[in-house]
Amino acid sequence: MSVERVLPRPEAHDLMDLVRDLVGKEVAPRASADESAGRFPREVFTTLGRAGLLGLPYPEEHGGAAQPYEVYLQVIEELAAGWLAVGLGLSVHTLSCFPVAAYGSAAQRAELLPDMLGGELLGAYCLSEPHSGSDAAALTTRAVRGEDGYTVDGVKAWITHGGVADFYTLMARTSDDGARGISCFHVPAATPGLSSAAPEKKMGMRSSPTAQVRFDGARLAPEALLGAEGEGFRIAMAALDGGRLGIAACAVGVAQAALDAATAYAKERRQFGSRLVDFQGLSFLLADMATQLAAARALYLDAARARDAGRPYGTQAAMAKLFATDMCMKVTTDAVQVLGGYGYVEDFPVERYMREAKVLQIVEGTNQVQRLVIGRALAR
Amino acid sequence: MNIVVCVKQVPDTATERKLRSDDKTLDRDAADGVINELCEYAVEEALLLKEAHGGEVTVLTMGPDKASDTIRKALAMGADKAVHLVDDALHGSDALGTSHAMAQALKKIGFDLVILGSESTDARTGVLAAMLAERLGVPQLTFAKKVEVGKGTITVQRVTDYGYDKVEASLPAVVSVVEKINEPRYPSFKGIMAAKKKPVEKLGVADAGIDASQVGLANSWSEVVDFAAAPPRAAGTIVKDEGDGGAKAAEFLASKKFV
Repeated sequence: MSVERVLPRPEAHDLMDLVRDLVGKEVAPRASADESAGRFPREVFTTLGRAGLLGLPYPEEHGGAAQPYEVYLQVIEELAAGWLAVGLGLSVHTLSCFPVAAYGSAAQRAELLPDMLGGELLGAYCLSEPHSGSDAAALTTRAVRGEDGYTVDGVKAWITHGGVADFYTLMARTSDDGARGISCFHVPAATPGLSSAAPEKKMGMRSSPTAQVRFDGARLAPEALLGAEGEGFRIAMAALDGGRLGIAACAVGVAQAALDAATAYAKERRQFGSRLVDFQGLSFLLADMATQLAAARALYLDAARARDAGRPYGTQAAMAKLFATDMCMKVTTDAVQVLGGYGYVEDFPVERYMREAKVLQIVEGTNQVQRLVIGRALAR
Repeated sequence: MNIVVCVKQVPDTATERKLRSDDKTLDRDAADGVINELCEYAVEEALLLKEAHGGEVTVLTMGPDKASDTIRKALAMGADKAVHLVDDALHGSDALGTSHAMAQALKKIGFDLVILGSESTDARTGVLAAMLAERLGVPQLTFAKKVEVGKGTITVQRVTDYGYDKVEASLPAVVSVVEKINEPRYPSFKGIMAAKKKPVEKLGVADAGIDASQVGLANSWSEVVDFAAAPPRAAGTIVKDEGDGGAKAAEFLASKKFV
């Protein structure tokens, strides 16, 4: 992928060069084989961590790189174009660090963040439950406060990095007061009583484990609580605003990879004596793909700039997630069409892109939930 | 321990490389300049030795202004400072001239150990390490796949056709490394940022005490008389297997000295 990027600072170009180097040598070459084998590339995240990519949008004093979202998201996009499991994995890790970074006390930030952002640890985010997806406030996992901390019981579902993460950012119920009864916790993976089920057998992103995470009397110290009791739902929603931009960037990356593959094929493949790309029917298809893609990129970058400027951006984040992931589904489907029969087989990557695109319309809030968020903002 | 790593900017091997028609030297505008791959292994080895034994790693390169990109790459990996030999008078120097210039710079910098890649992907003479050692009057340990530093001594495994030789010498010394020696690290983003603040000293011919009559195209002992583009790849040889395919394949490989 060689997208011309306008970046806010010279250092961001150096960062992007580093990312492209890593994608070209360490990420993209193994994507196809690891996806087929369902092999989680933990060592790729270690490599990215040592390169300083696991804490990009967080402050330098805690080991982050103090990069604006505008830059961080374009890094995600480049990684996702090489391999969605890695781009999305980085987005989920960054999301998992958000509650400590934004709502943790000074002591919690100083103690936890350097390791979380330092590159050796990988995070997971536990909000959804088997019966609580879009209706996140209906979650039933309980954290009961005792004299020396909390005891957690319940099951979390659809957890990216479930079973391989080093820490879990957990939303659990501390009272029955609906959305106001939810609290946020930092849970190390080694906590007794925490276990994960076998990974789900997914349509795509098979290398990235998605699993249920169980809490059976898991004991948490009082310091595990992030923010105040009852503040968890607000923290979760704030984290998701950023996470949605991460998914939008992933969608743009996957779509770019699909467009690149389709365009390269259309330039090479000849039928009826002409290159496919010289048939207007296909050339217009590619033109529409490229245009929708560019619009999606502009939309997520616009939301990112609002965030970087300290302005409200939740509605724009929902729009970016909605538009970019629907675009990605359409573009990857069309890419398969451009390649014809070759698009439908694993010898070419576009069928994988199409399978990967589908999950992006579902995660971090289904696209119906995004419309709900946008519609509510209009009705206010 | 003060280690100097010699690095070189070369045209990207993934692009088309050309010589200039006027003076038959490398056309540096025709291809992107990148750090010579083996130089990355040399930098990595220097950093590993520094991490184990302390000291300082200085990068030395000779080349035009844009070779500073290569210096920055080595500094981003973790080297401490750099010296850039840059002077129009150095243009077109052959291996002998280059070794004189580099040796003078090395004397000026001072070193316990000099590390370099065993060859570059452009000229591929593979002689610079030996020439430097001779000019500096120190031991040469070339084609190293493993390096160990003791008290005032250095031991390497020197790759040979039959395996390796164990070679030991006193410090200071010059070592050239092969790609088996390590796995070069990626620079980190923090390393890239830090590299911008690290000192880079530019030296001209006079600054480094280089004898101008020993360097440059006109003073080179070797001369490129003529050159031609590589011929397009010829059609392959097709061997029909009539029960003796294995033997024919082996004969072919033997004729090309592959086996």
